[in-house]
Amino acid sequence: MKACLALACVFAATAQADELTLWHAYRGGEEQALEQATKAFTAQTGHTVTLLAVPYDAFSAKLSSAIPHGAGPDVFIFAHERVRQFVRLDMLATSTGKLDPSVYLPAAIDALEVDGQSYGYPLSLKCLALYVNDALVTKAPDTTAEFLAMAPRLSAADRNQFALAYEAGDFYYHAPILLGFQAPLFDAQGKASFDSPGMTHSLQFVRGLQDKGFMPQESSSALVKSLFNDGQAAMVISGPWFAGEIAEGLRYSVHPLPVVSETQEPMHPFLGVEAAFVSARSTKAAAANALAEFLARGEGARLRVTVGRQIPAETAAYERPEVAQDTFIQSFHRAAANARPTPNTLEMARLWEPMKLTLRAVLQGTAAAEDGGAVAARRYRALNREAPPETSPVPWLLALGAAVVGFVLWQSRKKKEKAPDLKKAIVWVAPAAVGVLVLVLIPFVVGLSLSVFHHDAGHYTFVGSANFTDILTSKGYRVTEPLSFWFTLAVTVLWTAVNVFLHVAVGLALALALKSPLLKLRGLFRVLLIVPWAVPNYITALMWKGLFHRQFGAINGLLHLLGVEPVSWFTHFSTSFAANVCTNTWLGFPFMMVVALGALQAIPQDLYEAAEVDGASKWTQFTRITLPLLKPAMLPAVVLGTVWTFNMFNVIYLVSGGDPGGATDILVSEAFRWAFQRNEQYGFAAAYSVLIFVVLLGWSAITKRLGAEKTA
Amino acid sequence: MKKQSTTAQSVLLHVGLVLMSIVVLYPVLWVVKLALSPGQAPSLSASPLPDAVTFDNFKDVLLASDTQGRWLFGRQLLASLTVSSATTIVGLTLSVSAAWALSRFRFPGREGGMQVLLITQMFPATLMLVPLYGILEKLGLLDSLTGLVLVYSTTSVPFCVWMLKGYFDTLPKELEEAAIVDGASTAQVFFKVVLPLARPALAVTALFSFMQAWNEFILAATLLNDAGRFTLPVALQRFVGEYKVEWGRFAAGALVVSAPVMALFFALQKHLVGGLTAGGVKG
Repeated sequence: MKACLALACVFAATAQADELTLWHAYRGGEEQALEQATKAFTAQTGHTVTLLAVPYDAFSAKLSSAIPHGAGPDVFIFAHERVRQFVRLDMLATSTGKLDPSVYLPAAIDALEVDGQSYGYPLSLKCLALYVNDALVTKAPDTTAEFLAMAPRLSAADRNQFALAYEAGDFYYHAPILLGFQAPLFDAQGKASFDSPGMTHSLQFVRGLQDKGFMPQESSSALVKSLFNDGQAAMVISGPWFAGEIAEGLRYSVHPLPVVSETQEPMHPFLGVEAAFVSARSTKAAAANALAEFLARGEGARLRVTVGRQIPAETAAYERPEVAQDTFIQSFHRAAANARPTPNTLEMARLWEPMKLTLRAVLQGTAAAEDGGAVAARRYRALNREAPPETSPVPWLLALGAAVVGFVLWQSRKKKEKAPDLKKAIVWVAPAAVGVLVLVLIPFVVGLSLSVFHHDAGHYTFVGSANFTDILTSKGYRVTEPLSFWFTLAVTVLWTAVNVFLHVAVGLALALALKSPLLKLRGLFRVLLIVPWAVPNYITALMWKGLFHRQFGAINGLLHLLGVEPVSWFTHFSTSFAANVCTNTWLGFPFMMVVALGALQAIPQDLYEAAEVDGASKWTQFTRITLPLLKPAMLPAVVLGTVWTFNMFNVIYLVSGGDPGGATDILVSEAFRWAFQRNEQYGFAAAYSVLIFVVLLGWSAITKRLGAEKTA
Repeated sequence: MKKQSTTAQSVLLHVGLVLMSIVVLYPVLWVVKLALSPGQAPSLSASPLPDAVTFDNFKDVLLASDTQGRWLFGRQLLASLTVSSATTIVGLTLSVSAAWALSRFRFPGREGGMQVLLITQMFPATLMLVPLYGILEKLGLLDSLTGLVLVYSTTSVPFCVWMLKGYFDTLPKELEEAAIVDGASTAQVFFKVVLPLARPALAVTALFSFMQAWNEFILAATLLNDAGRFTLPVALQRFVGEYKVEWGRFAAGALVVSAPVMALFFALQKHLVGGLTAGGVKG
């Protein structure tokens, strides 16, 4: 009887138990807290939860690919900034009616609202606050005047000692200062606004901090962390995540950001709200909503606070005894009181790039603080094109049809090439051809065809050649400016030519050196020299960026030893470009070296012996034997190397990041920005790609002729 | 006189290569330093030697396990090795036959085919993700290592075909013709004569296909839905968060990921420099 009952219980539980999946990008304590919370959820409800931790860099792309195809999770955790975009892509189920607004902080509820509907359940808050090293600062500054009064005592630029360190070149970190100087982000019509006295004052303020040596130049998160942990920065502006980065034993406290003395306005950091969203395509909506709400409230919230060290969005969480005594959580609760939810509007998404541009220009000294607003406004106008008018695709289809018919006719009229090997050839080529057709060519053609459309949140409208004319006439900016297609094209051509030349020259020189009969330890050198190719370039490119740092980089250190003034590598086009080329040459020569090593083997040794007998010099041997005989085997590598360098996106993105002001961007990094950082203008990005493609096509026609010369 | 100049050349050669090795290794030593240092941040000193040595980062990377206590790193290493080896084999099989046919046979669309292959390399790959996802869904190949292998091997075909055809073009036809005169079939010519001669080019393309699959992360992260089947670059990329980077573990992971590539290169290098000299072919 007992067994029977137990069986019935199990049966009842399994009958309703759903298997849920949850995707997130958490690490460390936050991930552990989530694991514990989902276990508690399973224990309480019987629904099982499969967690998948996705790298943050791939998370958004993965979600927006998977969910519309029905391959996504039931629940996922994301910050609220993208909620409107998700809603427009029909990815989210609404939580209106299920979400109890009285349970959470009002700001968190506001953040998750789109056009009167709520989406997701708010989990935690992220905002900036002031971290203070208690050994260096006895009382945290409440106002900027107090800060400026204590800063000289805390700074000594010659000893790399700073009163403050934060990522000054990032708009997220500048926003609190901007808002503290009472600059409006948007005008009365809700459009982005840049030119205001507050903007000028805030830029003057940060520029002053840098000029007086109160904060370091070219800050990065790694630099901020190292300075604070080494006691070289007395204060840091950062968010809750920074607590896990602080060295053990360092005594610190967290405070709200100071009040701006000139305006008496507190600095207002952006408030990010992380939420558990239920997918619109989840087939287990009831269980998925239960899971999301469980994570947001009660035990779920408790675990996230105590284990994950998250700042909860649930108000009741702050009254728990263990949380009430937690000074860290309470400090951030206070800091969050001044914070304003990052607007989830489209206009907000358009603000980032112009703001960042201005901020960097002012900090690097290429623009005065007074002109900052104008610099940003120009970039904003250039970036935000209105959607071109929709046109009829019929003439285009007719033209396409005519082109196809014409091509077929032309082909059939052309003298038939003799095809004695056709049957044999099909067998050998077919497998590769089928694979390439399905998985390479079809996506390629689809990608190309996007260029005649305008993309807006999953909806495409046919616009004909509008994207192309806008790009080619460089609408909105001068031809000689970094954003213009022609300027970027010139940079790209220069970039490709310099790089390919250096890759081949260095690679070939080393391959010849490695072949020299005089060389000892050949195997060792051979392996050492391909190391740059073997280590993932993501990390080595970042190491190179570190080497080029203005104040802490080893390259300026070396120049200093030679008596040369330190160089601000990323403030001028020439030096910034040189830094990119240097990194890319380092990354790219091993490939050419390996190819050249292989190709050198194809040159018969007796040719050299004969030349030696004839009394030819080494140089003559090189130009008359080595180069001509290498050409056929090296040419494909050079052709491919050129195409890759033309599209080499990583190095630009990671090393110079386009600085100064996008001048070192190449065509492909522009295309990437249009596709992923400027409101997903896929059509425009595709048009860029088509133009890249046309340029390369022209170039390959030239090399084809070069190849033909060889056979002639 | 002659001897002196050889000694001078030898010294110059060695000094040059040692200098070059230093330039090559300096940034990598920074990665090593990060991996061996206890903090999760780059230090501010210019010395590439660590101040204190710890193996915690390597332990964290190598001993990673999931909630069920399964050894995650082991599974991911296995997934990575499977995907990369399969990509190399499939990609090379597809391309070597196609490249040989393109080099030796005469048929319509030969020139055009080569151009089309090159053209596919000209389009930024990021924009192909969206259509590719749709195709793989239609084929039922989402969330499977097979799908990933097929994508990687077909995307490496253009490169491999170009490299191999370039090399085949330099090989003398006489050997193959002689074999045919001796009564060998097309397949026999290919396997017995052509492949052994093409060893250096095969080694380069194998290394390339392997690395392409070994280091790719966006497609793997987008297509796979199970942490146990993530490839290593996906696991590595997990150390880069929205707000912070775990530099120590990231560096340790990067070194772990590059070790097999170095080993593969070491294994392949005798083929890279073997080839024709061993075959004794005279052009």
